[in-house]
Amino acid sequence: MNIETNLKTLIVRNPLKLDCGKTIKDFPIAYETYGSLNSQKDNAILVFHALTGDQYVSGTNPVTKKDGWWSYAVGPGKAIDTNKYFVICSNVIGGCMGSYGPSDLDSENGNIQGTNFPVITINDMVNAQYNLLDHFGIDKLFSVAGGSMGGMQVLQFISNFPDKSKTVIPIATTSSHSAQNIAFNELGRQAIMADSNWKEGDYGSNNSNPGKGLAVARMAAHITYLSKKGLQEKFGRKLQEREDLKFGFDADFQIESYLRYQGSVFVDRFDANSYLYITRAMDYFDLAKQFNGNLSDAFKLTKAKFFIISFTSDWLYPTQENKDIVIALNSIGADVGFVEIESDKGHDSFLLDVPDFLNALKNFLDKSYEEN
Amino acid sequence: MKNEFKVIADLIEKDKKVLDVGCADGILMKFLKDNKNANIRGLEISKEKVQECIAKGLTVIEGNAEKDLKQFPDKSFDYVILSQTLQAFLNPELVLNELLRVGKKAIITIPNFGYWKVRFHLLLKGTMPITKTLPDEWYNTPNLHMCTIKDFVHFVKSRNIKIFKSIALNKLNASLINEKNLEIKNLSADLGIFLIEK
Repeated sequence: MNIETNLKTLIVRNPLKLDCGKTIKDFPIAYETYGSLNSQKDNAILVFHALTGDQYVSGTNPVTKKDGWWSYAVGPGKAIDTNKYFVICSNVIGGCMGSYGPSDLDSENGNIQGTNFPVITINDMVNAQYNLLDHFGIDKLFSVAGGSMGGMQVLQFISNFPDKSKTVIPIATTSSHSAQNIAFNELGRQAIMADSNWKEGDYGSNNSNPGKGLAVARMAAHITYLSKKGLQEKFGRKLQEREDLKFGFDADFQIESYLRYQGSVFVDRFDANSYLYITRAMDYFDLAKQFNGNLSDAFKLTKAKFFIISFTSDWLYPTQENKDIVIALNSIGADVGFVEIESDKGHDSFLLDVPDFLNALKNFLDKSYEEN
Repeated sequence: MKNEFKVIADLIEKDKKVLDVGCADGILMKFLKDNKNANIRGLEISKEKVQECIAKGLTVIEGNAEKDLKQFPDKSFDYVILSQTLQAFLNPELVLNELLRVGKKAIITIPNFGYWKVRFHLLLKGTMPITKTLPDEWYNTPNLHMCTIKDFVHFVKSRNIKIFKSIALNKLNASLINEKNLEIKNLSADLGIFLIEK
């Protein structure tokens, strides 16, 4: 990975016992911040990223040179207004943008860890990131927010630390990964592992890269982030820089070319083993199971104000799965609001310019902050 | 704020937990929050109205009263409000039972089909009545189960539902309904407001 040396990193000294039983310590968490922490330290928002995200929420990502992954929502004057709020985001452990992950060296033998890296969970990710509160001297966050896997972290965070955030915003997410979600993740993992360059995860020391497998994983996943209608409207059966079909297997259709492009640029910025580890963490996520099947118990200790958002065309984390969280919260009388946003942009809606979503997010945050 | 909401607000003491079912743009919720320090939630089916509530800083859940009330535990609110919507449900009795299960008390308001203007409209014009509270034509009205104040009083009594207060509203004029004046209020009131409990 081509990571700039001015990466902001917190070295976590406290030992962290992972769900798999292993304990890690002295490990790095790479983070970025936007806006400034006020003197009362009551304006901090911890944003959690999704599967392929990183700490670069807004502005220009110094590695990819592209806009941060949540640039539509986070920035000066935006829904999460960095003129007002102090936004913190960190790369999850298991990731490949500077936080402790499978491409790091094993401190004992000096080898790249690869699949010797411990299998991590959403719970582990959140417990690791919790150290950022101490680092910034923040007693209580104003909000925790995130979509998709970020939403899972939001739910896990408030369950683990019930009095550490005033508001809680899980977006386009689930409290438990469904069979379909697991199936798609397994497809991606198998694509990576089927690449002969994967070498049982040891490609790092073999100077190879399972780029083709990772690209296929990304292509398959990318389809799940879009809606059928969105794809049809954007691409239809349009041909790629050609007048007619070529009777071969090149990318005749624009959608093929688009997916190939998405796959190829992804390989440049993402580590194949990280993809395995992070998708595994998502698959293992089942918050209700942590509370003997009663999701409500995950939230019974918190007084935080929840705002849950889903999208009509999201079939990966559909409205019903988001509503299940609302139902669990209502059954214990928690303060929960919910809105389903009309959008044909699929699961990716939360990352895109969807005005109803951005307005709802802004209004919820700003009004809640006024009541502080 | 419309007079109906003022009457409703007067029925609710300070610091209560309140659910406004079909809360629309949240005007009543906002009033109860600001003036009665109510811990208030709304349930609203329209996405646009939900957005308006969020913009007012109100806690609202997008949902359908006929399906989504079941997620609330028994007696989890001090008051549940249903304003002029009962007649629009496929099964008003089911919704009413749910309101009384979720709320310790329920405040139900109904447009009175016994109102003299409604009666005169049908009698003299021979077409479906259109009034201020019933503004829609027969073919586009959301109302499926219109009733009169008298109908509602008879109905709740037959179901052993306790009526704490019945109020007749005619424009700015609110007055109590009792057994003696039921016939006259059923004729003179545009709207009936009932505080009930089961």
